[in-house]
Amino acid sequence: MLNVKNIKKQFPIFQNQPDLIYLDSTATSLKPKVVIDKIKEYYEKYSANVFRGIYPMSEKATVEFEETRDVVSKFINANKSEEVIFTRNTTESLNLLAYSLGRKIIEPGDEIVTTIMEHHSNFVPWQVLAGETGAIFKVVNINDEGYLEKNWNGIITRKTKILALTYVSNVLGTINPIKEIIFEAKKINPEIIVIVDAAQAIPHLKVDAQDLGVDFIAFSSHKMLGPTGVGVLWGKEKLLKEIYPFMYGGDMIDEVYIDRSTYKDLPHKFEAGTPAIGEIIAFKEAINFLDKVGMENIRDHEKKITNFAINQLIDTFGQSIKIYGSKNIEDRGGIISFSFGKFHPHDIAQILADEGVCVRAGHHCAMPLHTCLNVPATVRASFYIYNDESDVNKLVEGLKKVEKILR
Amino acid sequence: MNIYQDIILDHYHHPHNKGKINNPNKVIQVKNPLCGDVIVMMVLFDKNKVKEIKFISEGCVISQASTSMLTDYVKNKSKQELKKLDSKFIIKMLGIDLGMNRIKCAVLPLEALHKLLV
Repeated sequence: MLNVKNIKKQFPIFQNQPDLIYLDSTATSLKPKVVIDKIKEYYEKYSANVFRGIYPMSEKATVEFEETRDVVSKFINANKSEEVIFTRNTTESLNLLAYSLGRKIIEPGDEIVTTIMEHHSNFVPWQVLAGETGAIFKVVNINDEGYLEKNWNGIITRKTKILALTYVSNVLGTINPIKEIIFEAKKINPEIIVIVDAAQAIPHLKVDAQDLGVDFIAFSSHKMLGPTGVGVLWGKEKLLKEIYPFMYGGDMIDEVYIDRSTYKDLPHKFEAGTPAIGEIIAFKEAINFLDKVGMENIRDHEKKITNFAINQLIDTFGQSIKIYGSKNIEDRGGIISFSFGKFHPHDIAQILADEGVCVRAGHHCAMPLHTCLNVPATVRASFYIYNDESDVNKLVEGLKKVEKILR
Repeated sequence: MNIYQDIILDHYHHPHNKGKINNPNKVIQVKNPLCGDVIVMMVLFDKNKVKEIKFISEGCVISQASTSMLTDYVKNKSKQELKKLDSKFIIKMLGIDLGMNRIKCAVLPLEALHKLLV
C-alpha cells in the first residue's frame, strides 16, 4: 500500500502549493525532489558535454549519462542497454521509427495498421508514411466498452509490415492486452514489426520488453516523474542496426569524407547532437524512485483510487455523467474521461480550476477517437502516486459547483 | 474574478440573434477543433451596414455569450467600423478576466464576423 502523505512530502510542489489537486498526470507528472536535485547537481557540479571531453568533469557527466541508459534498460528488461535510445519524447521516438524504419521497409501496396484509440503521435506519422509510400493505412476500431476489436485475422495480413498501437489509451484508460495481440499478429504474419506506444503504460505498470515479444517501445520521462525533454526508444538490436539513422550530425558520425560518411554503432547512431544531458542524468532518479515505491504497489494504488472515483462519480451524478471506456478496473489505468450533463468540457475544467482542481479538457490529441465516441471533447481526470481519495472528493465537489453555476 | 458572471450566463442561457436569416448575403462557418466549438454566422447588409445578423452554434459558455453579445453590437454598424474590431474589444465587451486559453473561445465569433466582412 502506498503512503500518499509520505510520497507527497517528497514533491516540493506540494510545499509551494499546499492546496494543489493535480489530476493531470496523463499530460505530465509532477517531479520529486531527488529528480530536481539531480538536475541541479549536474548544472552546478559537472556541467560538461558528454563523450568528447578528456577532462574529469566530462568523464563524470558521461558516466552519469550512461548510467541512466543502464537503469532504463533494467527497468524495462531490455536485452542490452545499447538498445535504449534517448530522444526528446515519445512523439520523437515514434516519428523516428516512421522515418528510419518506415522508409526502409515500406513499399507500395504494403499495409500499416494502427488503432482508433491512438494519440495523434502514433497515428499521423503512419498516416503520412502510408500516403507518401503508397501503402495501405488500416485503423482498428473499438467496441462500445472501449476495447479494441478482436478480429485480427481480418485486419492483419501477410502484407502488413507495421502494427503500431498504444499499450494504454490516454483517453479511455483501456489497457490493451499487448502480449496477446502481438502473439496473434505474429502468428498471422511472423515478419510483422510491432511498435508499442507505452507513454501511458510505463509510468503505471510493470513493462517487460522481452516478455511482450514487441519490436519497439516508445515512452517519455516526463510522464514518469522525470524531467521534460527526454524520451526513450527501445528496439531490438538487429532492427535498430538495420534501419536508417534519423538525424545526421554531431556524435553519431564515425567518419566523414567528401563523397560518403559512416555512422557510429548503437545507441549513438540515433543520438545526433548534444542531448538533454542534465535531464537524462536526472531521469534515472525518477526510475529509482518508482522502483523504490514498487510498480505493483503503484498499479494497486491506481486501481483503488480509479475504482473509488468511478463509483463516487456515478453515485453522485447518476445519468448526468458519462464515463468513457471499460468499467472493469483490471483493464483500466488511472484515467477517467467523461462528459457531464450538457456542460461544455472547457467550462467544466474552468470551474474546477477555480476550485483548485487541475483537469484537462479537449480531445487530448486523440481526435479520431473522439470522432468515434461522437463527442468533440471530454474532460479527463487522471491519477498517480501522489493522489488519494480526498482528491476525488474535491473533484466531485467541484462538479457539484459546475451544476450550481451553469444549472 | 469568476468569469461566469450573471450577464455572461444570461447570454449563454438566452442567446440573442440565434437562428437563421432567410436571404443572407453571406454565410460562414468557423471552428475550434480543439474543443469542438462551431459557429455558423450569416449576415444581411443594407448597403454598407449590417441590417441583420444571426448564428447557429455549439460551444462553451464563453463562445456562446461572446457570439450573442457581438451580434447585438454589430447591428447598424458599417463594414469599415466593424473591420477595426479586435480581441481587445471582445475582452472589453465581455468585461471578464479571461486566461490565455479561454481567449480563443471568446474571439471565435470575431473570426466569423471578419470573414463575413471580406
